[in-house]
Amino acid sequence: MSGEMLVSTRKGLFTVAKNGGWKIDDAAFLGDNVTLALNDRRSGYQYAALDHGHFGVKMHRRKPDEAWQEIAVPAFPEKPEGLVETDGWGNELPWTVKRVWALEAGGPDQDGLIWCGTLPGALFVSHDHGESWQWVKSLWDEPSRKRWMGGGADWPGIHSICVDPRDSNIVRLGVSCGGIWRTRDCGKTWQLTANGMRAEFLPPEQAGDPEVQDAHLLAQCRDEPDRFWVQHHNGIFRSDDAAVNWTEIHDVKPSGFGFAVAVHPQDGDTAWFVPGIKDEKRYPVDGKLVVTRTRDAGKSFDILDKGLPAEHAYDVVYRHALTIDDTGNHLAFGSTTGGLWLTEDSGEGWQEVSHTLPPIHAVRWN
Amino acid sequence: MAHVVFTPNLRRHVDCPDAEAPGATVGEVLDGVFGVNEPLRGYVLDEQGGLRKHMGIIVDGTVISDRRRLSDSVRPDSRIYVLQALSGG
Repeated sequence: MSGEMLVSTRKGLFTVAKNGGWKIDDAAFLGDNVTLALNDRRSGYQYAALDHGHFGVKMHRRKPDEAWQEIAVPAFPEKPEGLVETDGWGNELPWTVKRVWALEAGGPDQDGLIWCGTLPGALFVSHDHGESWQWVKSLWDEPSRKRWMGGGADWPGIHSICVDPRDSNIVRLGVSCGGIWRTRDCGKTWQLTANGMRAEFLPPEQAGDPEVQDAHLLAQCRDEPDRFWVQHHNGIFRSDDAAVNWTEIHDVKPSGFGFAVAVHPQDGDTAWFVPGIKDEKRYPVDGKLVVTRTRDAGKSFDILDKGLPAEHAYDVVYRHALTIDDTGNHLAFGSTTGGLWLTEDSGEGWQEVSHTLPPIHAVRWN
Repeated sequence: MAHVVFTPNLRRHVDCPDAEAPGATVGEVLDGVFGVNEPLRGYVLDEQGGLRKHMGIIVDGTVISDRRRLSDSVRPDSRIYVLQALSGG
């Protein structure tokens, strides 16, 4: 099992570890907005993405028990003179990184390779543990990339990066709003694979357009890698054919709306979600915080609430703030109101680690 | 040479003592400062060389007008303040 996790918050990065009970073991960047963190098991490096607001986006790195050091941050190349780019809504698209929205290690055979997705929606890759970053121009140049739309964020963005456990050159991306994208050649060429998704908020004739689907998070089953789940703006979708075609899961109670999804690493039929009232309200139904779990590929859902606040809970769980460990038994999630909960039995019961943390952006097992 | 003062709030993140550099525009002066303090550049300017959205620059009491190219003129004895563009609450 995993004994440690990184919790990225509006006011710092916290390491939570099991020392007797689950406790906050370390706090870094106190006062600063840490939007995402990554523990790269291949190298032992940990990465933290910060958004200083006034002073921009920064990236830091450390080896455990060493000091954090600022390293290079992904950056757009010089914008061609006179070019005005807009997203699918017609809003001007800046050529500056506004937020690191996805950070993933490459495969075990790709030493030093780190993928980074950003707002606005660009992909960057590092081949040297984050010492330098290259803009993945092939994806930016995809004609339909210009149709990507801002959703909950001001600009479209890449929030999910799934490196295929069978072949590290196959990588899939989740884009809000821009569907699901796949490369089979480590980023040289790209294909859009969001058939079957549905964007309810668009005119009916455009609802099935794969290019504008608002995937909130994409998750791949490690041991059944053709099985994918997406928590979508419209609800929950499942793919049985490696994210090519998607099936909508209907009638999920108490709600199919949410941001996060975690899939069991060994059993692709089992996945967890943290639902909320869609989409203009975004808080737990009836103010009761629950986790939902399917163990039959979406035919039915368990509502898991033991140990979670039963009333007046207005916690929203962002897309990167639900995490599952390698065993599939241990999950943790953090909320916008600073609650952090953890289960050691697949969600049957939850224990509160803290309810006084800053707003939580991301939780990830080391 | 123009004298450049950076918001003290930057000191928590990056070394930014007062500096002096030659130049006829804000951009030229800052380029001279960043030339000997490269880590500071990315805290003030974005990757396109424009002033970050929530930063402001005041030259001799006047807020600069060209945030993208930093072409506002400076004199050899100008004082340039690089500040957070705070507003409200």
